[in-house]
Amino acid sequence: MDTVTRRRFLIASGVGGAGVLGLGSWSIAQLLAKSADAEAAASQEPVLVLVTLYGGNDGLNTVVPYTDPAYYRARPELAYAPEKVLRLDERLGFNPVLRGLHQLWGDKRLGIVLGVGYPRPDRSHFRSMDIWQTAAPESPANTGWVGRWLDGTNSPTETAVSFEPVLPPLLVGQTRAGACVSLKGLKLPAGIEPGMISALGQAEPNEPDLVTRAATGYADLLRVDQLVRQAEQGGGQSASPDKPEALATGTGGGNALVPQLELVARCLEARVPTRIYSVSLGGFDTHAQERLGHERMLKQLDDAVSAFMRRISASGAGRRVTVVVYSEFGRRVRANASDGTDHGTAGPILVLGDSVTGGFHGEQPSLTDLVDEDLRAHVDFRDVFGTVLGSVLAADPAKYLLGYEPKMLPLFKAA
Amino acid sequence: MAGHHRVSRRPIFAYVATMTDELSLLLHRAGFGPTAAELTAARKAGYAAALSSLVAPAGPDPGAAQTPVPDLGKDFFANRPKSTPEERAKGNDQRRAQTRQITLWWLDRMIAARHQAVEKLLFFWHGHWATSVESVRSPQLMLRQHMTLREAPDFVAMVRQMVIDPALIWWLDGHLNTRKSPNENLARELMELFTVGIGQYTERDVKEAGRALTGWEVNLDLERCQFLPGRHDPEEKTILGVTSRFTAGSLVDLLLQHKATPRFIASRMWIRYGSSTIAMPKRTQENMAAAYPSPMTMLRVLFQDDAFRASGGTLVKQPVEWFVGAMRQLGLRMSGMPDKAASSILNGLEDMGQLPFAPPNVGGWPAGTVWLTSATAQLRLDLAATIAQQAQVEKLTAEGLAHMLCIKSWSDRTYAAMREVKDPRRLLVLGLASPEYLVV
Repeated sequence: MDTVTRRRFLIASGVGGAGVLGLGSWSIAQLLAKSADAEAAASQEPVLVLVTLYGGNDGLNTVVPYTDPAYYRARPELAYAPEKVLRLDERLGFNPVLRGLHQLWGDKRLGIVLGVGYPRPDRSHFRSMDIWQTAAPESPANTGWVGRWLDGTNSPTETAVSFEPVLPPLLVGQTRAGACVSLKGLKLPAGIEPGMISALGQAEPNEPDLVTRAATGYADLLRVDQLVRQAEQGGGQSASPDKPEALATGTGGGNALVPQLELVARCLEARVPTRIYSVSLGGFDTHAQERLGHERMLKQLDDAVSAFMRRISASGAGRRVTVVVYSEFGRRVRANASDGTDHGTAGPILVLGDSVTGGFHGEQPSLTDLVDEDLRAHVDFRDVFGTVLGSVLAADPAKYLLGYEPKMLPLFKAA
Repeated sequence: MAGHHRVSRRPIFAYVATMTDELSLLLHRAGFGPTAAELTAARKAGYAAALSSLVAPAGPDPGAAQTPVPDLGKDFFANRPKSTPEERAKGNDQRRAQTRQITLWWLDRMIAARHQAVEKLLFFWHGHWATSVESVRSPQLMLRQHMTLREAPDFVAMVRQMVIDPALIWWLDGHLNTRKSPNENLARELMELFTVGIGQYTERDVKEAGRALTGWEVNLDLERCQFLPGRHDPEEKTILGVTSRFTAGSLVDLLLQHKATPRFIASRMWIRYGSSTIAMPKRTQENMAAAYPSPMTMLRVLFQDDAFRASGGTLVKQPVEWFVGAMRQLGLRMSGMPDKAASSILNGLEDMGQLPFAPPNVGGWPAGTVWLTSATAQLRLDLAATIAQQAQVEKLTAEGLAHMLCIKSWSDRTYAAMREVKDPRRLLVLGLASPEYLVV
């Protein structure tokens, strides 16, 4: 969106201070009509879909080094036999459940960055996920790299949307934050009118920042929800109407990737002016009886992502979408005695899309040259996010990576 | 209220002073949210007396007496080494029902308790040790941990008990941590989240501490952990520069004597009781650390601190704090509530992301603006409507509601939202959802 069209969108959506929404004078259709040209511009803009796997995905059982004897020595009960893996090349193969992703690999629409991590790896879920989301490995930061990009581009809240109940640190900036849209949809209590919520959404002078933030939550609720719902009503297959099953995980993350990505697809089809979607899947913390549990998680990932890629390709939206799948760390090379693995270090990042250069990037870490029994990372994750910032968001990466100058990876085809 | 046209031009400190005078601030922070009567009484008593009765309440708590700890009996799967699929289904149903029972009980206790600071502190500790029934599964073990936290006289005694608490051990895979194959999950969180805090130890310390914690098994029949010497690694370990044949007990002693521990606990308290946006002043931290290991004394020091008294408007109510405060102010209780309404409330809190006994991860619940997103705004409105449905209100004005909810006066925006509203329950929804009611 250029400045002029963005400005028009802001005015139409009431962000600029006019506050047209919620006063009852404009319908959603009018709003969308008003911002139609903004959308037309937005519909050309590249979109990033970040898929966060919470719990620490076992990279070695995702991208399996099926010719390496060290792999079979380190985890005899957990290792996949060479004939079981889905071959990617003569050394590496996918976990047998990743059939859809394997197909995308064959179509050259999937790039795999091998051995991604950061200096002095932290094996705490929370700290490590924080590091990935804030892109601040050295010392804690209270803003996420997407949040900083929202700050830097003065973007309205709908520019970055998460479908989780709690906003991930990733989308929190100093002055801006992305939106959280509930999968369950907006339904106001009986007798509570949008106009009342719009009133609660007004900031007042001389009040604490947090009170203003609380008010903003209501304003955002109305605006973003109207945009997303409009998209949802736009046709296509119906999103799962049931509330996703609540499976708790010790380490965070959403648990129903299919409905999250279905909603992303709908938003793309309806040209909602969102540039970054954050979705997540939790349950990768496989300390015990890993094989079954990990396969179940990977299958969910595979089903959801491959259905999403099929759908957006069919609708034409696929041309502008890049999907990035990452986790806070990989797992220990050697299995523990509970048929699981403990927290490790480097792991693969998956990058999918029509503009992605398919194939391997980076270098598969050695299983014998270990640091503290863990894999050596060869690619800093900020190089991946930096490349994405530069290519998908056309931004100066260092500006949003707290000064880190990323090594740009050849992940994307030349435009 | 229809003719309300006040234009606010006060500076922030004056706003804070009007919205939350010192006593209101103290009662909101020390407890879940005072009733109008409690606030009036505290104002009459003055700050010092109100503080004392919060942190050192006299006599037994009549609210606690009304809400006795439930007796669950044994876990369905206790003394049942093998079970049929039918039994397992029955056992899981029973566990679900009992989890609901203890969750409703604890919420009711929070609401009914007169000794509000005692109950709030317990909720703080639950967030600190952040163990979830979703993984532990046994409501008996969760209640057992709850009682351990409730009965611990101070932090030192608490950590000694918690490091061998069956729910915590299960949650952090301590039962899988053996001499032959160490599992360092519990050791890491013990250092990072429970005692010394991040940055005080190396990866090597974590691994060595993991070895010290080997050998403990969860015994569901006895509802406690048992030490199996054959699984313990008795060799020397070097942890934080000290070499010894560390065990769980001596590891905990080492961590409790570490100079970082009192400061770390003080900083955790500041985030929940002081401010999630202002950094803790060094002097406040040192003063609180000097009162370690008695948590209530640390809180007393905090509540007397100038930085605390100036911290109004910088803390977001967590969903449970918001909910329990509202229930207290409206004179509602969980006991006797129809099942359907109770279910709505539990679902509402779960959706908002904060159900007691089910923290999202071992890091506990987040703090601050994450509770103010558009997603929580929706969920809050729903839950406010459920609460309002239960309230016994015949007539209500905006001003009467402000008094009831201990809000000095509504903001212009909230008056505007309420302008056309006559129905008392709808007024209630707007009041409970108002931005000024969400921040203390």
